[in-house]
This record gives sequence, structure tokens and C-alpha cells, in this order.
Amino acid sequence: MSETTLLNGWGRTAPTPAVLTPVHGDAEVRAVLARAAAGGRGVVPRGLGRSYGDAAQNAGGHVLDMTTADQVLAFDPETGLVDVEAGISLDELMNRFVPEGFFVPVTPGTRLVTVGGAIGADIHGKNHHVAGSFAQHVRWLDLLTADGQVHRVSPEQDPDLFWATAGGMGLTGVILRAQVQMKKIESSRCLVDTDRTPDLDSLMTLLSETDHLYEYSVAWIDTLAKGKRMGRSVVTRGRFATLDELPAKHRADPLKYHGSIKVKVPDVFPPGLLNLATVAAFNEVWYRKAPKRKRDQLQSIPTFFHPLDAVGGWNRIYGPRGFVQYQVTVPFGQEEAMREILDRLSAFGTASFLAVLKRFGPGNPGMLSYPSPGWTLALDIPVMKGLAGLLDSLDEVVVAAEGRTYLAKDSRVRPETFATMYPRLEDFRAVRRRVDPDGVFTSDLARRLSL
Amino acid sequence: MIDALGSPGSLLLVGGTSDIAVATAKRYLQERPLRVVVAARDTPRRAAVADELRTAGAEVEVVDFDADDEAAPERVVAAAAAGGDIDVAVIAFGQLGDQEQLAGDPAAAAALGRVNYVAPVVVGTVLANRMRTQGHGAIVALSSVAGERARRSNYVYGSTKAGVDAFFSGLADSLVGTGVSVLVVRPGFVRSKMTEGLPDAPLSTTPEAVAEAIVTGVRKGRHTVWIPGAMRVVMSGLRHTPRAVFRRLPF
Repeated sequence: MSETTLLNGWGRTAPTPAVLTPVHGDAEVRAVLARAAAGGRGVVPRGLGRSYGDAAQNAGGHVLDMTTADQVLAFDPETGLVDVEAGISLDELMNRFVPEGFFVPVTPGTRLVTVGGAIGADIHGKNHHVAGSFAQHVRWLDLLTADGQVHRVSPEQDPDLFWATAGGMGLTGVILRAQVQMKKIESSRCLVDTDRTPDLDSLMTLLSETDHLYEYSVAWIDTLAKGKRMGRSVVTRGRFATLDELPAKHRADPLKYHGSIKVKVPDVFPPGLLNLATVAAFNEVWYRKAPKRKRDQLQSIPTFFHPLDAVGGWNRIYGPRGFVQYQVTVPFGQEEAMREILDRLSAFGTASFLAVLKRFGPGNPGMLSYPSPGWTLALDIPVMKGLAGLLDSLDEVVVAAEGRTYLAKDSRVRPETFATMYPRLEDFRAVRRRVDPDGVFTSDLARRLSL
Repeated sequence: MIDALGSPGSLLLVGGTSDIAVATAKRYLQERPLRVVVAARDTPRRAAVADELRTAGAEVEVVDFDADDEAAPERVVAAAAAGGDIDVAVIAFGQLGDQEQLAGDPAAAAALGRVNYVAPVVVGTVLANRMRTQGHGAIVALSSVAGERARRSNYVYGSTKAGVDAFFSGLADSLVGTGVSVLVVRPGFVRSKMTEGLPDAPLSTTPEAVAEAIVTGVRKGRHTVWIPGAMRVVMSGLRHTPRAVFRRLPF
């Protein structure tokens, strides 16, 4: 038996052992696939392990480490179309192409995700309300399915398989390569407007009325503020600056870009370091420090898009018991449900740093794709007593509002609740039965939720 | 899979009609629906337990299990695994025996040893094999404070529990790094059908309290739990009590 590795997600909960094999190219993937089929516990691809839960784990089976397949295969500076191997990170794409005037079409709060992972989770970013999610910028992808064949699929070529793979959490096959439409930029600087809102109502009003004026938009909520201050938040919205908007000193090198990890969190944080008192104090300072209203502030890409990436391994601050991220969306018109969720979280007193609130634009045909028109809320919660019951009860509010939870963040939703949230789950299962009748592709997530 | 917050999706109860097994299933069912495999002899009690758990929200399967049947453990675990991974398995069968009879009847003593020690060892080994393959899972073994130091009033029973306790403690260590965990449960006197008619001992407890400790223990990844918690201190004292004093203690 090969050596096994204990794997966990970004939340550092529920680790399980699997045989982890770095693979580069079709032949190496096929070899592991054959072993996985014989072993009976299946296989799942893994990128940079930023899913919070158990999406890229496979207890007792095989896991493909895709990060060694990280080459740029072709780039057209006219159109901004780039062909890449799926293990390349958005970080690397930015390092390579921001200096050439192209930004990734969609970036989540971390740039340390692979293109394969970005498609598998159909990630979204601060520009979802105008640009949609990542898969909408993928022109085609090469998928190695359970039969060992490589299929080039796209929204036109086998759309069912494409839209099962987008958001399909690696369960339809291995994404080997993809073509991504990059976004043209004139500078690497963002023009950012900041607004502070004293409560949830004013926040939702502000976002509803003026979000369309911005390409990127997100609000950070203090979840510990209670009563009248419930939902107080700092809203940052912006867009890339054009060349003539840059101050003279930046014009010589308008596309200068440097993304790096500055400090690393040591692995010594004791459980309970983040408690109500320390987190409330942090949130208070953070809210007071933000300007009440500020316009056209020049910020770098890392500052505006990836503030946490500056701190390597920040997930360790929650201590050895780990944490969960709760991310859900409810449709427009269900603002009361969002208030109810925030109220209950606030009353329960989860020692959470900031929660993120954002308005989504239209969804896409992805069968398990998360974004849909409405409000999305995300927050980290350290594992604590009573949390399972609390989150189950919040899920009931979400289901009643016809909302849903995000698989890339999930580590604990009830399977029957998940099935209610995603009415196209049966379509997804049908595609899987077609391309993987023996169920070679599987993961802890797939087992937990009977996907 | 046991999720990030310690909630399992499936539960195997070996000795599924024991009060502690049923209480554990019900305690889990208070949180969420789950698949429960009840392995027990085919009795009216088993049918009643299955109905009770279905009413509480479980998807119930029943499997024949008799501790005297050497082939039973393999069959039970295979049957349970056929419906999906086994997240938590509770080994809850056992007999108290009649100490007066056991003291003079070698056949009865051997029979109790088979049911209380040999059978759990076989079940534990089969389960550990299965869970090692699936790469995750929790085994819950019912030991007893009686196993911590055998008393003259129930030393046959106590010795079987001492063996069970030692076996599963060692098994736990052997499984580190495999994703599989083992929880050894040491209740004091539990008021249940097994102890019906016996006088209450000090620090007696209930199947529900044991169930609560099992759910919390699995959730937190504990290796050993005492019920009630104070038993840990009491037993620590008793273990170090001089023998001349210990054997004169009134229980």
C-alpha cells in the first residue's frame, strides 16, 4: 500500500488520509485513475486546498495533486485569451499578465487558487454583479473523464458536461487545461470608494442603489454589533484606474505589480485565543478606523482584492480545532431572511471577525453553481459548542427563503437540506452517471452529501 | 462522513437493542436524521427499537447479530457497509451475569467471557479493518468502571470489561493517523434493562447520560470518557486503595 497523507481543507477540520500523487499530463492522471478504480475508494483532483471543507479530500482513496501542471500554453495579447494547464494559480496568472495589461476575469478573496479549482467551484468575486462567475469566462476546457478519454467541452460543445463541471467540485473528471478570457486593464491600480454604514438597512439601501456604478463591490459587516448597530459595515467599491487617472509618479510604470506573502502565521495559536472579547475589540477598532466616506483612493491589487493573502496561513489563528465558513445566499426580496440570519448569529455570539455581504448578479446554467441573484453572506466561525445546531437552524431560514449554501465553503450542511437548495442536483447526477457510471470520481464532500 | 462539526451520517449499533445503544441513536437523531443499522438478535424488542428509531427520523436497517455466532461480526459489518460508509459504530452488547453462579460454574464463566470479551474483540477487529479501508470512522466501545479494578462481587464481569478496555485502548493507539478513532466509554452503574432489579450503586447514571457523553466524546475526539465524570476521580482513588481495604469495601 502506498504512503497516505492526511488532508484537510482550509478550515482545518475533519482531516482524512488518502494517497496524494502529483500529476502532470494525461498519462500520469490515467495511471492514478486505474489504481483508484481498482482500489474501490475512488479519486478526486486537488488544487491549492482553499476549499474550506472536505471537497479535495478522499478518505481511503486517491487524491491528485494538480499544482505541478502549471504552465501557460498560449497567449493572445490581442484578444486576452490564455490557454493554461489547470494547476496554474490565479497568483501566477497575475504575475505573468498584469504587467502585460491583463487581469483575471474573476478573483475570489484569495489569489491562491488554481484555475481548475476556480472552475470546479465556479468561484465568484467582487464583480459578480457585472461579470458573473469564473466559468462564464472559460471558453473551453479539456476534461479527462473516468474512461480515460479527454473531452474538449465548452458552453457549445457538450454543454451539459461543461455546466456539470463548472461548480461540480471535481466530480465529473479531471480538468487538464482551459482557455480563459482575461480582462484588459490600463493600470494595476484600483480607484476605491469607501463608505461606512451604521446598520443593515442603510447598508442594503446603499448597495441596492449604487452598486451598478461600480465594477467591484463588497461590504464587511461587524457581526458582533447588536441592536441598532446590527449590520454596521464598511463598504469598499471600485474599478481599475485608466492610465490618465494615475498620478504622475505611477504613469511611468502603470502596470507594475507585485503580489507576495509578507508574514506567515506560526502554528502555535492556542484554542480560544479568538474569543468574544478579543474579536469584538478588533471589530470595533476596524470600524472606527475606516473613513466615513472616501472617494477615489488609489489601491494596489493585493490591498483591494486580497488583503488576507499578505498573511500566509492565516487560517491557523483559529487554533487546532479549526473553523467553518458559513456562506449562503438568499434572493432579492428576502432581505428579512438575511436580517434574521445576522440577528441569530449576533445573538449566539460567534467570535467571528468580519462577515462579507455582497449583491450577486444573474446566475449561470451551472448545475451546482452557487451564485444566483440576491444577497450573499460569508463569515468564519471557530468550531464551538452549539454551532452545529445553530447553523442547521440558519439553513432552515435559508431554505425557506429559497436560498442556498456554497459547496466550496461547506463542511457541515445536511444532505437533504443541500438537495432542497439545489433543484438541479438530479441533472448533475445524471451527467455523472453518463461520464462516470462506476463512480470512480468521489470525495469526502460527495460521500457526506450523497452527491 | 462525520462532518466538520462532528455530526455523522450513519450509525451502526452492534447490540442494537441495548438501552445505551438506543439512547445514543436517539441522541444523534435529536440533531439530524441519519442512517442507523441495528444489529441484534431477531426479537420483538429489535422490531420495537427499529420502529422507535424510524419514528425519531432514522432510516433504519436491521441485521441479525448473535454474540455467540462466530461468523456474525463479518456479516454485520459487510451488511452495514453495503449501504455506505460506517461513520460511527457503537459496540454495546454484553451481559452482567450472575456472580454467584459464575463463581462456581466454569462453563458459565467461559460463556460470559465469550460474549463480553471475545465477541467485542472480533467485532472491533473487523470494524477496524473496514474503517481503515474507508479512511475514517469512530468506534465506540462500552467498557465499565467495573473493569478498572475487579471487585469480589462481580470480578468475572469486571475482568471481561478490563479486557475489552485494554483491547480498545490499544486499538485506538494503533489507529492513529488512519483517520479512525476509538472512544472507550466507562460508565458506572447504569439503570437499564441489564441492571433491572439490582439496587442502585453510588454515582449511578442513565443510558441517556451515557449517550450524551458518547456524542460529545466522539465530537471532541476523546479517547476515554467516564460517566458520570466524577467516576474518573473515584476510580482513580479506588485503583490506589490498598487491597486489604479495597476487598472490605461494601460493594
